[in-house]
Amino acid sequence: MELSVHGKKVYAATGGKAFDPALPAVVFLHGAGCDHTVWALQTRWFAWHGRSVLAVDLPGHGRSEGPALDEIGALADWVVALLDAARVQSAALVGHSMGALVSLETAARRPNRVRALALCGCAAEMPVSEKLLNPALAGEHLAYELITAWGLGRRAQIGGAEAPGTWMAGGTLRLLEHGKKGVVGIDLRACDRYKGAAAAVAKVKVPTVLVLGDNDRMSPPKAAAPLAAIPGAKTILIEKAGHMLMTEQPGRTLDALRTLL
Amino acid sequence: MAEFAKFDTLSLHAGQHPDPQFGARAVPIYQTTSYVFRDTDHAAALFNLERAGHIYSRISNPTVAVLEERLSALEGGVGCVATASGQAALFLGIATLMGQGGHIVSSASIYGGSHNLFTHTLPRFGITTTFVNPRDTDGFKRALRPETRLVFGETLGNPGLEIMDLPAVAKIAHGHGVPLMIDNTFATPYLCRPFEHGVDLVMHSATKFLGGHGVAIAGALVDSGQFDWEASGKFPTLTEPYAGYHGLDFAEEFGPGAFIMRARAEGLRDFGATMAPQTAFYILQGVETLHLRVPRHVANARRVAEFLSQNPAVEWVSYPELPSHPDHERAKTLLPKGCGSIFSFGIKGGREAGRRFIESLQLFSHLANVGDAKSLVIHPASTTHQQMDAAALKAAGIGEELVRLSVGLEDPEDLVEDLSRALRASQPRRMAAE
Repeated sequence: MELSVHGKKVYAATGGKAFDPALPAVVFLHGAGCDHTVWALQTRWFAWHGRSVLAVDLPGHGRSEGPALDEIGALADWVVALLDAARVQSAALVGHSMGALVSLETAARRPNRVRALALCGCAAEMPVSEKLLNPALAGEHLAYELITAWGLGRRAQIGGAEAPGTWMAGGTLRLLEHGKKGVVGIDLRACDRYKGAAAAVAKVKVPTVLVLGDNDRMSPPKAAAPLAAIPGAKTILIEKAGHMLMTEQPGRTLDALRTLL
Repeated sequence: MAEFAKFDTLSLHAGQHPDPQFGARAVPIYQTTSYVFRDTDHAAALFNLERAGHIYSRISNPTVAVLEERLSALEGGVGCVATASGQAALFLGIATLMGQGGHIVSSASIYGGSHNLFTHTLPRFGITTTFVNPRDTDGFKRALRPETRLVFGETLGNPGLEIMDLPAVAKIAHGHGVPLMIDNTFATPYLCRPFEHGVDLVMHSATKFLGGHGVAIAGALVDSGQFDWEASGKFPTLTEPYAGYHGLDFAEEFGPGAFIMRARAEGLRDFGATMAPQTAFYILQGVETLHLRVPRHVANARRVAEFLSQNPAVEWVSYPELPSHPDHERAKTLLPKGCGSIFSFGIKGGREAGRRFIESLQLFSHLANVGDAKSLVIHPASTTHQQMDAAALKAAGIGEELVRLSVGLEDPEDLVEDLSRALRASQPRRMAAE
């Protein structure tokens, strides 16, 4: 479905069912350089099991108008505006990587608008190496290759996809290539600069689950430890998964999300 | 360049981890039609594409899925559907893209089976084809119509080994909002990765070099994930809700994987030209040594082509690695590792000489296949096309003198000896004595 946020067209996939604001809403927020399709094997289940799903393309990503927003705080405010546009009072937020930081910050800024948090492939701080950041900002293909090489766990580099016949490395690379030039760099810089996790953690009171890949080389599980200080937060470690755990282990990721949502 | 597993490693490993239950290192043959659901919700979720997994082996099978991933990896795509044959892969690709009223622009130099499909069979379903000389790049543009939905060709044309200007033809297709599909059977991804030249879809007769041993009929359709179906707006099968899956919009749901997901979800479900798991196992055995076999095929072909080009019983040799071939220069760009091991030559003395030549060969097997580990030969004028007179053969681009070889993996000097003896036997005594 299409929404208008701050006068800009925003696209949100709804999991194959029409969005109904009367149902419990679940908002999915993708990571750097990606779009809503990373959630294909999680969103449909929720949409067909009594929830209303909004898997959005963040500004400047996928089918949403730009420009991309360059700060996690700005993105958090944008999520609140998105909820307004969709006439959703309170939603569960499911975020991956950069989307997890945005979810966390949204819950801290506007606790009355967020009823639960699922933080996937996340870390309290996400410093980005210049070896990646510079080519990403320049829109160089090397950035897509590096993200694919580091983002997928070692097991997924060889394959063994749960979705029959799909090659995960190819799919990840192509998704990044389809993005607008330089947007992934803006996203990574926003992650690199975000230092608000500790303050946000202190404010968040909603049920939270951390869903982490044990072979995540972009956001290693130990880097998520400060986020586990959210009261009552559960941590679910998915074995043999890297950073792109929704693609690498879609079933287990869905099962982990179902424990909260 | 970031570090990924390289081609040779992917040939052996892509898509497979050792069996978690028993530790089997080889890919197990999952000889089963169906898969037990965990519970009713799991079953419903699988059928509604809410979860990924196997339901029924017509749609997917774990052994076949390993091959599909491996071929995706080797071609550099996002996904693959393995099929019962190469022809099934071609039809699956077409049926996923278009229906009645669709139009294809195809290279005229393609496999006879594909030519039959385009010329005689698809018109019954309202799909027509315009053929273009593959060397006439602008001809592809001139043949485009508003209803065109696909441009098609082969990496190495049949039988003349014409080499299309892939980047230029891809640009023409994309300018019209349609994809370019290439039959990469003769080259294999070892010699050419068409996606790196702008091609959108690749199909294979995996029966040939991928399997490599002439033991199983098989096909594959691989999606690059590069084509923007949404921007094109010409492919409602991929960008509009599909009632066959509760209104699923494949491009919206799966992004770069839209085409291959639809090909499986609809094409295998409804047309059912599925690859059997036993077949996938056979083809996987071949793929594991693709990177070793193809260079040897090429080396042997070079030796045989060199021999033939100097033999007095040979009128001509058509092999892109020879400077005499019209696409010699383009081959250096698109096929830098070699031009495969299938090529044609003209034998002096026409149809009768061809017959004597074929019957005198001992190592080369006379049969209707290519891409086997063993060397193969066919003389169309005295076999597959023997009902055609000289004029009809000429119209089909097949002279009475044309002999096609598929050079195998034997010792090249043994092959040369076999050919040398048979060529002598094919000629009148005076020339043979020379």
